[in-house]
Amino acid sequence: MSKNDFAVIGQPLPKIDAWAKVVGETKYADDLFLPRMAYGRLLRSSHAHARIRSIDTTRARALPGVYAVVTGADLPRVKFGILPVSQDEEALCNDKVRMVGDPVAAVAAVDEETAERACRLIDVDYEPLPALMSIFDSLAHPEIRIHDYGDGPNVHKNVALQFGDVDPAFARADLVREDVFFFEGSNHLPMEQHAAVAQWGSDGKLTLWSSTQTPHYVHRILATVLAVPAAHVRVIATPVGGGFGGKTDPFAHEIVACQLSKLTGRPVKIALTREEVFYTHRGRHPVLMWIKTGFTRHGDITGCHLRTWLDGGAYGSYGVASTFYTGVINPVTYKIPVYKFEAARIFTNKPPCGPKRGHGTPQPRFALECQIDKAAEQLGLDPAALRRRIVAEPFTKTANHLTVTTIGLGECIDKVVEASGWRDKRARFGVTANRAKPSSVKKRGVGIACSAYLTGAGTAIYWNDMPHSGVLTRADRSGGVAVLCGATDIGQGSDSVLAYLTAEVLGIDPKDVHVHPADTSLTPVDLGSYSSRVTLMCGMAAIQAAERLRAAIFKAVAKKLEVSPASLVARERKVGVPDDWDRAVPFARAVELGEALHGVLAFSGSYAPPKRAGKFKGGGVGPSPCYSYSACVVELTVDEQTGQVDLEDVWIAHDVGRALNPLLVEGQVEGSVYMGIGEALMEEQVFRKNLHKHPSMLDYKSPTTLETPEIHTILVETDDPEGPFGAKEAGQGPLLPVIPAIANALHHALGIRIDEVPITPDKVLKALEEKRLGRPARVGPLKLPLLSFKEPIVVESAFGQPADAVVVRPFSS
Amino acid sequence: MRVRIALTVNDEAREALVPVHKTLLEVLREDLGLTGTKHGCELGECGTCTVLVDGDPVLSCLVLPVETEGRRITTVEGMAQGGRLHPLQQAFAELGAAQCGYCTPGILLTATALLADRPSPTRQEVKEALAGNLCRCTGYTKILDAVELAALRMGHGESRA
Repeated sequence: MSKNDFAVIGQPLPKIDAWAKVVGETKYADDLFLPRMAYGRLLRSSHAHARIRSIDTTRARALPGVYAVVTGADLPRVKFGILPVSQDEEALCNDKVRMVGDPVAAVAAVDEETAERACRLIDVDYEPLPALMSIFDSLAHPEIRIHDYGDGPNVHKNVALQFGDVDPAFARADLVREDVFFFEGSNHLPMEQHAAVAQWGSDGKLTLWSSTQTPHYVHRILATVLAVPAAHVRVIATPVGGGFGGKTDPFAHEIVACQLSKLTGRPVKIALTREEVFYTHRGRHPVLMWIKTGFTRHGDITGCHLRTWLDGGAYGSYGVASTFYTGVINPVTYKIPVYKFEAARIFTNKPPCGPKRGHGTPQPRFALECQIDKAAEQLGLDPAALRRRIVAEPFTKTANHLTVTTIGLGECIDKVVEASGWRDKRARFGVTANRAKPSSVKKRGVGIACSAYLTGAGTAIYWNDMPHSGVLTRADRSGGVAVLCGATDIGQGSDSVLAYLTAEVLGIDPKDVHVHPADTSLTPVDLGSYSSRVTLMCGMAAIQAAERLRAAIFKAVAKKLEVSPASLVARERKVGVPDDWDRAVPFARAVELGEALHGVLAFSGSYAPPKRAGKFKGGGVGPSPCYSYSACVVELTVDEQTGQVDLEDVWIAHDVGRALNPLLVEGQVEGSVYMGIGEALMEEQVFRKNLHKHPSMLDYKSPTTLETPEIHTILVETDDPEGPFGAKEAGQGPLLPVIPAIANALHHALGIRIDEVPITPDKVLKALEEKRLGRPARVGPLKLPLLSFKEPIVVESAFGQPADAVVVRPFSS
Repeated sequence: MRVRIALTVNDEAREALVPVHKTLLEVLREDLGLTGTKHGCELGECGTCTVLVDGDPVLSCLVLPVETEGRRITTVEGMAQGGRLHPLQQAFAELGAAQCGYCTPGILLTATALLADRPSPTRQEVKEALAGNLCRCTGYTKILDAVELAALRMGHGESRA
């Protein structure tokens, strides 16, 4: 369909919640104040690794204003975790703490100040254990075990997969490169700190309002860890003030707020401080990478072998998925005929890492895109033209058995090359041209990189055959339509997308649609706002529900007008025959006719992704209904005296399938670019003496308006057959190419390679110094961990095979 | 120790009995029910809690209410007048400048102060004025666009004043 065939889709409409947000009406979790509400605080460990000998709460209990004090002994002895394979967390630690910040006790009191004071009166007797603060530490000390499960001492997960034989591929290559990279961890830094309010009612039923991206998973876990029937638990996700993956785990403060409410008979609020947010974490994994790739003299890739070592922190979180994600998405972008991938996630005594925007894929993307840039230089090829040449084929399978549908990457590359003036700037700037300039002048460079990302994980976190997304749509006699869906709006606009799609199908205005999201007792399950799944999965379910409603209405209107239902259309808040529009029935009247004929007009829509998991162990991570593509050109200047890098302009083209609302898609792209810039140049979650080095917003550097360059966004539409009206994801993919594009632009400007992020001024100066001394002008990791990877699971490469002709799409009829 | 404080918030006289060390941010949210002003860091680092005091942006997490007695406090709830949105609010909604919306109140108020001082700021001046307000969603692009649009409209007589 062309854009002109739509009434709502493709329009730059305001979000349906924009008005509430600009007047301060939106109620985030911390804005909830209930009658008789108590305030909770968690006491957190000051040790990175220690046994708990005893906890004495006597003094805290005696403090006036304290309603309740709890420790792990007051909770059922059940461990939890977001993944069924990593149930390793306790809401309050019983025997052992594994990081500074681990919760050990909690207080409910009349106000936060009293709760805080009571926490300081809890006496915990610790027996300190040696802290393992890096991958190298943890592997060097197998005698010190952080957990007693996993794939070896302090090894949480060890995976190896091989798709075809890489050795002959390297033998055939004209150039084989081996490079080593490091990607530092970072926090999501949502502006809203996590907060939750629990109310355990006198009827024995529990309600939790929480700033969460995954109310369904929180619902399931609350029932387990509190030993309460799931049927008596209700989780309501409040509007989330920034998520980025940081609010996708079930958290201790949510569980503890519930328990404190049960004990006090009062609603209990727990709002984390900013420091607690840094220690709660679940952010980007620090990853060491070794990558070996064969290239022909024309730049074609003959094969690729990647090894990654992830610093997982103290708990599992999404780590098993993160581990696979460091390997499985790279082959989606370019033609890579054979592929081998080995990865290990290591436990350390630091806050657990988890999913942050791009989940496990920005790190290997940085490695691959920098390596391609190095190869292009050695082969004397233009790095943009090289990438253009090797873009993967649409509607084929990758070496690792992922089915790829539409690919707009070629067009993305062409668009950013043209918009940025790439060819001219590659010639005009760059190390050769810059050499002629005095050292007092800032040097200029341009760099390019590309990427791909999934539009929703193809499998659920717990294995099941149910829908991943459900929608209930109910028409009202007023002509209003209610849409109930478990989706969680974290600012990306999922509520608005539900309204746009429903309005488009029913021919009404988005304002006529009332969206009721994320309430586990009212809304059908949506698995959560993660893996860029919501627009596609909730969108498809919403379209199905709206189409069923429309069919019922058409049947009634057809009877009234004595025409066939197939001749009817719904548009401009009317239902009628296009050639006889004068007799068209107003939508509200059409609903009345429908209700008279059928009874209550309420219809469901369900969506589950096509079943495409590879038939090998680990084949469930990576499949997605479709993949988005991005290409990015960065122009920067760098001061050789100070090492300071300033970004001038960023051009980014993103294949979004179809922009359901271009304003929202641009916003997602711009936000992704910004977050990539932060990770490339300044953000780092690092530790000193077992403590977070800078758990505050001042010392943890993130880009302000002054560090954020002009971002030029170009949307490319490929109308993917898998997506709602052809749409693919936009919220995560565009972050990925920004980081390597910056590294590559810096190399263009100065001829130096910074093979680790963040690229800070000290590293730039160090590389320049190396260059002056005639050594390789590179800063990056120099050693790799000693760890035996598993024997790989060997599978034939599926590279180039056509996409499955018959797709099994559950619930589609 | 609790003290009685009298504040003028959004042109209304308000009173509260609060511990003397309670911050203006906490009093606005917890005692006056004005939850539009948000916590971000409570250390004066992120700009999220920005309100106007006599028209100047201040970080309400660093201000004691006693310091603001007799002065005019404006929060995001006071921007719209007579049911009509401030041009900045209108532009932020129209251009998608609020994603999660959590930093939005602080940014709207900082921008209000900027436009009172400089009705037609350059993009660089807008950037400098907003450099103390962190936003993690937007990449600032749509925020800058919205401030420019509002300035343009206010210059063309769309201001409610």
